[in-house]
Amino acid sequence: MESTLDIFVKAIFSENMIFAYFLGMCSYLAVSKTVKTAVGLGAAVIFVLTVTVPVNYLLENYLLKEGALEWLNPEWSEIDLSFLSFIMFIAVVASIVQLVEMLVEKFAPALYGALGIFLPLIAVNCSILGGALFMQERQYSTILDATAFSIGSGIGWFIAIVAIAAIREKIRYSNVPAPLRGLGITFILTGLMGIAFMAFMGIKYGKDGDKEDKGTKTTQIELVDETLTAKID
Amino acid sequence: MSEELNKTKKPSEPLFSKKNKKLVTDPLTDNNPITIQVLGICSALAITVQVEQGLVMSLAVLFVLLFGNITISLLRNLIPSRIRIIVQLVVVASLVIIVDQLLAAFLPDVSEKLSVFVGLIITNCIIMGRFEAFAMGNKVWPSIMDALGNSFGYAWILILVSIIRELFGSGSFFGIPIFGSPLPGEEWGLYTMGYMNNNMMILPPMALIIVGVIIWVQRSRNKELIEEH
Repeated sequence: MESTLDIFVKAIFSENMIFAYFLGMCSYLAVSKTVKTAVGLGAAVIFVLTVTVPVNYLLENYLLKEGALEWLNPEWSEIDLSFLSFIMFIAVVASIVQLVEMLVEKFAPALYGALGIFLPLIAVNCSILGGALFMQERQYSTILDATAFSIGSGIGWFIAIVAIAAIREKIRYSNVPAPLRGLGITFILTGLMGIAFMAFMGIKYGKDGDKEDKGTKTTQIELVDETLTAKID
Repeated sequence: MSEELNKTKKPSEPLFSKKNKKLVTDPLTDNNPITIQVLGICSALAITVQVEQGLVMSLAVLFVLLFGNITISLLRNLIPSRIRIIVQLVVVASLVIIVDQLLAAFLPDVSEKLSVFVGLIITNCIIMGRFEAFAMGNKVWPSIMDALGNSFGYAWILILVSIIRELFGSGSFFGIPIFGSPLPGEEWGLYTMGYMNNNMMILPPMALIIVGVIIWVQRSRNKELIEEH
């Protein structure tokens, strides 16, 4: 089994939201022009992911999953509401973002000044809903694991956006071919950073190493595996 | 404001007027949702490993955007502007649930490969962007044209990227081998001459680089699109 620490480290590095799954790319590209705003948005993402994923975890396990309603009435153990999960998750995300925004405005005006404009943007950031959907797909066994995953993914996203913003600030002084300026070079840079981050795939997790790991690897990596093994066969 | 505009030229506009045609053709090139507006990147990159997935994803987005635009456009005068984001999210989420259930029922293989990315159509910025920017202020017919234009603009980039990635990454197109077979012992085609698939193409970072190159080509053809920095 993977330990909580494994899940945390994995979410930051080898399954980085940006470099392995491209989640939250829209705001990643739009808000990475300066390091300062990037730090603001990154912090807001960590914050919202940390709050929403555990809430969605409880929702998934006590309301939506097949048999999740058993605690209310044993007769309901066959009810499977998982088709409702999209609408529930997005509603939770949107309302929590709204709530967080109000709370932050009331109790931490300084933080609100820094995060303010980014918070409403986050409701439609793919990485937040993506975090909830990955949590559902991977079926973490405890809420602690799910929280570790959410904090890890948030930190991974933060690292990615701050790094690209720093590069973009410096690249202003380089002689980039005109048609590539701005968006084009950012895409290619992100690709190169993604290749660098792939080095972290080699990290060995858990006591038994990779064998245990296979079950939890997700589609992207499985696809690679399939094509690779097809060739070896 | 657009309401007034519509009222003044009430003497009906032909269905395929120049303006309406422009709504479809613009997003294909000079106002492409992916390469120019930078919307909907998240899903566009992750699922372009094979052409089949790219095609299914494009169709799913077409469905959601088309019916979403129609719904929002019909409801546009009833939605209070303060809660419009929530209303839009509910409309998208219900349409995505339909798509997800249909895919799981009729194309289980593809549905499994697309995994969470079907659900992520909800937060696909193209859809929310079109609702907010177009359907909230326009009649049903132009909204349909706008939805078609934008989803075709999204689709052709997706399919182009997935063709490149599948062709060079797995040597096939739509699962049909193009360059022959690399299986040891029964090789044929190019592989007998020592050709090898480029495994980089299958990995996530190459999708970004391919889109970067598409942007490069597009902007060097149309100088107006070049950014300052």
